[in-house]
Amino acid sequence: MREITYVEALREALREEMLRDERVIILGEEVGVFEGVYKVTQGLLKEFGPKRVIDTPISEIAIVGLAAGAALGGLKPVAEIMYMDFLTIAADQLVTHISKMRFMSGGQLKVPLVLRTQYSLGRVHGSQHSQFFPSWFLQSPGIKVVLPSTPYDAKGLLKSSIRDENPILFIESGVLYRTKGQVPENEYTIPLGVADVKKKGEDLTIVAFSRCVIEALSAAKELEEKGINAEVIDPRTLVPLDIETIVSSVKKTGRLLIAADDVKSGSVANEVAMQVMERAFDYLDAPIVRVTSPELPVPFSPNLEKQYMVSKEKIINAVKENFGL
Amino acid sequence: MSELYQILDEEGVVNKQLISKINLSNEQMLEMYKHMLIVRILDGWLMRLQRMGRAAIHAPNEGQEAIAVGVAHASEKQDYFFPTYRDLGLMIVRGASIREILNRWLANSQDPLKGHEFAIYGGRKYNIVPTTTPVSVHLAAATGFAHAAKIRKDNLVVFAFLGDGGTSKGDFHESINWAGVFRLPIVYVCQNNQYAISLPVKRQTASETISIKAVAYGIRGMRVDGNDILAVYSATKEARESARNGMPVLMECVTYRLGSHTTSDDPSRYRTQEEVEQMRKKEPLRRFKNYLISNGILSEKEEQELRKEIEKEIEDEVKIAVSVPPLPVQTIFEDVYSDMPWHLKEEMDLVVKEFEEDHQS
Repeated sequence: MREITYVEALREALREEMLRDERVIILGEEVGVFEGVYKVTQGLLKEFGPKRVIDTPISEIAIVGLAAGAALGGLKPVAEIMYMDFLTIAADQLVTHISKMRFMSGGQLKVPLVLRTQYSLGRVHGSQHSQFFPSWFLQSPGIKVVLPSTPYDAKGLLKSSIRDENPILFIESGVLYRTKGQVPENEYTIPLGVADVKKKGEDLTIVAFSRCVIEALSAAKELEEKGINAEVIDPRTLVPLDIETIVSSVKKTGRLLIAADDVKSGSVANEVAMQVMERAFDYLDAPIVRVTSPELPVPFSPNLEKQYMVSKEKIINAVKENFGL
Repeated sequence: MSELYQILDEEGVVNKQLISKINLSNEQMLEMYKHMLIVRILDGWLMRLQRMGRAAIHAPNEGQEAIAVGVAHASEKQDYFFPTYRDLGLMIVRGASIREILNRWLANSQDPLKGHEFAIYGGRKYNIVPTTTPVSVHLAAATGFAHAAKIRKDNLVVFAFLGDGGTSKGDFHESINWAGVFRLPIVYVCQNNQYAISLPVKRQTASETISIKAVAYGIRGMRVDGNDILAVYSATKEARESARNGMPVLMECVTYRLGSHTTSDDPSRYRTQEEVEQMRKKEPLRRFKNYLISNGILSEKEEQELRKEIEKEIEDEVKIAVSVPPLPVQTIFEDVYSDMPWHLKEEMDLVVKEFEEDHQS
């Protein structure tokens, strides 16, 4: 099978969906003439024209709020917020307005839109361009949250997100943009709310989100050389969460480690841990372990950022220290 | 842009030169008066229903009836509205029944919005989009709707309502700026009713007027006497034409909220009764009625009969609405997503079970 990058996979998904459905439009800062700061939208303005690929003013509230209005007006907008950090500016639109439009209107209003953004942790972007806080949006029922970790997932999940009838927050990892992976040339989609077992194993379960999936897989590989066989699960969507796949793995392994790039307090890891406690407490042979970022702003200096981040080594150490394996 | 566009003065005396430009039949004017009267009387009932403990909240419309009614009458069928919580007239003009409005306010099992939110109303069938209660948050969606209409070449204009307080929000700036950049078919109808809860408009902005803000955004500003329904009607026609041709409009309608902000505040804490009485002389129904009567379009007797007829209808409908059963508990799980995800199903089953057990014991 051919290999393409995460960015190319996203671009293919956008292009294919724009060809498939003329209601799909793209709007955001620098998405048109500049072709996206990370080139996700490269070539799309040229192919689809300025009515469907819209360079917007620097107005995050309007980008997100307008996408909702355009969705009400019969289009399927894919809005881009350049950095996840800037999502906070438009959080009111997403949290207090969009997530509740269908509900508040008793089902009369439908807002099929995708809000794409990326977090740049690992790219030496400092504390204001690296933040990752997906758990904030667990508190906003009405939106779905998607976190792809591979080019294959990025393409299949983005296509499903664009076809979905609900508002979707699609969080990409900037550090994964240039990573390569196998992606078929044939059309495919991946349903939202279905986890993927990235590696099978019997000794422990590692649940990892986004970039941490890659770290978890490297850790699992090294652990295997020492005779420890970890199962690695990527939930792929945070809302809805495929807890069944996680729970059935934990019932098999009896041990759970969760790796995520957000800071420990209020991390998405906590939600997974609690749900496993509720459903599989009796199967656990050891306390659940979290490997997350420390409770600090992201440091800028390259070596400090590296030490701050979840890594293969940190996961391996946590396994050794906590599971007596 | 700071001049106030007015056709009827406070006593209902008409500016003959300006009215000659309006194409309104006597029947249409009577219909407009009737709609304002329905809003006035229904508004009083909604206040009373809150005091009776039947409705949770109401934001009174008294004094501002001419704006929503006038704008809706001047709109075309295909146009869309993004209202605030104080624009009952839109619903009345667009054909919502008293029954539907009462069910909405009482949030009972006949409420078309399923009791999911307070103080918003509307419906796709009326082209009124029920969006949001926090001020100005809906302006971006209204602007996006206009942007979609332009892309789809839908021949419609969006009317986005806001108040004077809403002009201080970032949403206002970002939305209006965008409408200017993309030349969208949208009219922002700002009802400057002088107060945002207790804060007077001079503490909201140092601008001489609200309409003047349009200059900086490269869109058109208009300033209208919002208590003069003929001026609102005529200005809206002009604004609509402008917006349709790619020049969005910020239409400031100068008015005065005679009642409280909502049923939760006491306006005597922030303004004097003298001021309110002074402003009451300028209210929109009185002057339009004076005009209709002095021009032989309506008689005092007919007006009294119309009033009685509306009173009776609303009273009868209130009796029906208060006996409509409440919403079933599982309704809260509906319409969160297009399909109910597993975790909501699980919670719903639990809540329904608990509810049934409580009612058995």
